[in-house]
This record gives sequence, C-alpha cells and structure tokens, in this order.
Amino acid sequence: MANFMDRKTIYEKLKQKFGEAICAFKEPQAGAHGDPFIEVAPDKIHSILKFLKEDKELLFDNLLCISGVDYPDRLEVVYHFHSYTHLHKVVIKALLTDKTKPEIDTVSDLWKGANWLEREVYDLFGISFKNHPDLRRILLPDDWEGYPLRKDYKTQDYWHGIKIGM
Amino acid sequence: MTLPLDAVQPKIQETQLDDILGQNILLTTVDRVANWARYSAIWPFTFGLACCAIEMMAVGSPRYDLDRFGAGVFRATPRQADLMIVAGTVTIKMAERVRRLYEQMCEPRYVISMGSCATHGGPYWQYGYHVLKGVDRVIPVDVYVPGCPPRPEALIQGILMLQEKIRKESITKVLFKSHGQLHG
Repeated sequence: MANFMDRKTIYEKLKQKFGEAICAFKEPQAGAHGDPFIEVAPDKIHSILKFLKEDKELLFDNLLCISGVDYPDRLEVVYHFHSYTHLHKVVIKALLTDKTKPEIDTVSDLWKGANWLEREVYDLFGISFKNHPDLRRILLPDDWEGYPLRKDYKTQDYWHGIKIGM
Repeated sequence: MTLPLDAVQPKIQETQLDDILGQNILLTTVDRVANWARYSAIWPFTFGLACCAIEMMAVGSPRYDLDRFGAGVFRATPRQADLMIVAGTVTIKMAERVRRLYEQMCEPRYVISMGSCATHGGPYWQYGYHVLKGVDRVIPVDVYVPGCPPRPEALIQGILMLQEKIRKESITKVLFKSHGQLHG
C-alpha cells in the first residue's frame, strides 16, 4: 500500500531516529528551482541510508544517482533516492570538510548500482569510498593524474606521449 | 573435316599490324594504372566514434550511395581497409587505439578527419580534459571534412577530394612517404 511522505516528514522521521547525525533540512529559496534536501553527518551515512532503504514506511529501494560537488570549503556527496512502493523521493547530502583526504562509507552493499556511481565520483572528484569492493577509475585511464571536476584541477601536459592541452 | 588455318584466318599483312595494335593495346604509365586502381576501389574502415558515424552510415545508405564512387565497402578490420574515416570525438583514451588501428592498416593508407571533433576537438577544444585536440596529433590526416556533423554530401566531397589526391600520387613518392616521417 502506497504511503507517500513529503520530504519534511521524512526529515522529521530521520531526526527522531538519528538525532544529531541529521544536520539540517534546507529548501530552495523562493523563486529558485530545486529539491529540498537533508544534510547528514558523513560518518553516519551508512546506517542512515540503510534505515532509508529498510524501514517499512520509507522503503527507498531505488538509488537514482550519486553525485559529487566541489565547493571552496568542502566536498559534497549527493544521493537521490526514489521508492517504487511509496512513490516518494528524497535528496541526501553529506558534507566532507576535509578536502585533502575526503572519505565516506560505501553504500554499494545496499544498492548494487552504487558500485559504479561511487567509482565515477571517485574518478572525477577523488572522494574515496571506504569498504568499496572495487574502487578504481571508471572513465579515465588508470594512470591518469588528478581529478578533473575539482575546481583546482590542472590538466597534465602529456599522457603516453600524446599532447593533451591546446 | 578441318579447314586449313589459312582459310579461316587470313595471314596478317605487315601493314595491318599497326591497326590491330591500335585497337587492342593501351599505352600508359605505371602511376596512372596504380592510381586508377587505388582511387576506384577505396575500402573504408568502419570507424564510428560519435554522432558523425550516423552521417557516415547515411553516406553508405542507398540515398547517398557511396558505392557510386567505389568506396562503399566498409570493412570491420583495419587489415582489409585502406581508408580510415575518423568519424567522431577522439578521447585521449581512444587516441592510443586509433594510432594502433592506423598502424595495422596496409599501405597505402589514407585518413579522413570527419567533423569538428576529430579535426580540432570540436566543442571540447578548450575545457575538454579528455578529448584529443585534433586526430592529427596521433596520425597523419589527408582530408579534413568540416561540420558538426558534416552533411553526407560533405563527406562525399571529402572522399572525392581524396580520390583527386590519390590520382596525383606517384609510386616513387608513396615509397618515400612510407619511409619518411609519419609521426612527428
């Protein structure tokens, strides 16, 4: 039986269960487009997402996307979920303040699709996912230097004798 | 009963020899014969990397009919092809493979760089960390076809230009080219 929950209710349910680990609920400014999202503590991400997947009222069985974002002071990992049973959606953000060694737990044991999504975020942002079964680059060559979607990224000059820059 | 040979075929007079030779023997140069054979039967290499490949397929279809120019037999292996049409975005990861496939082709071999991406990186020319800024950085290119993607007519004109180029080649120059510098 479908039991649609709006995002605010999902936030309150999570807050009740995890307390401090659920940092904030933010909505886009008036007139701006975007989804409301829930910020969570990155060290608790695995247990929170496990709850999202397995709780009978939430049942987020579909992982839509994992993205990375590079901000001046932090890196973010963004998860988009959808439930086929209850037809509701939620956006979860984890803020990684340590930009030199960003780490977060893998969720590839909960959703199999997370395996390649996390590899892509690792490939382009250099965020390493702990306990990931096969964490290596997915799009770029294995011996590529740097993480291209970081704002401070500089392209290497040559790769295997091939000039890369303009 | 057999007729004597002279009765069937009258003996050729010395004066008739010129007429017979004139009707049956062509005199030409080795260059012209070799070039005629080469430009009349170009075998392209099936090599689609992106959306340009769709236009390349259209060129091979009945509407544009590349077979009119003897270049319609696309091969799936470099060993049977002598024309590589680089149709699409060459990523840096792919550039190594492009070079290897080019080296596996038999000589004389020709390359058409089809579309903006293959020619100079296309829309990725400035910020594309992953795109090769022109396939001529890894292999020598004979004809560049501009467009994004080029119309089938444009690719056909590129092939006609390549035929024109082959027509002007000389055996001695081809030998020199294959031993001269190819990769900078």
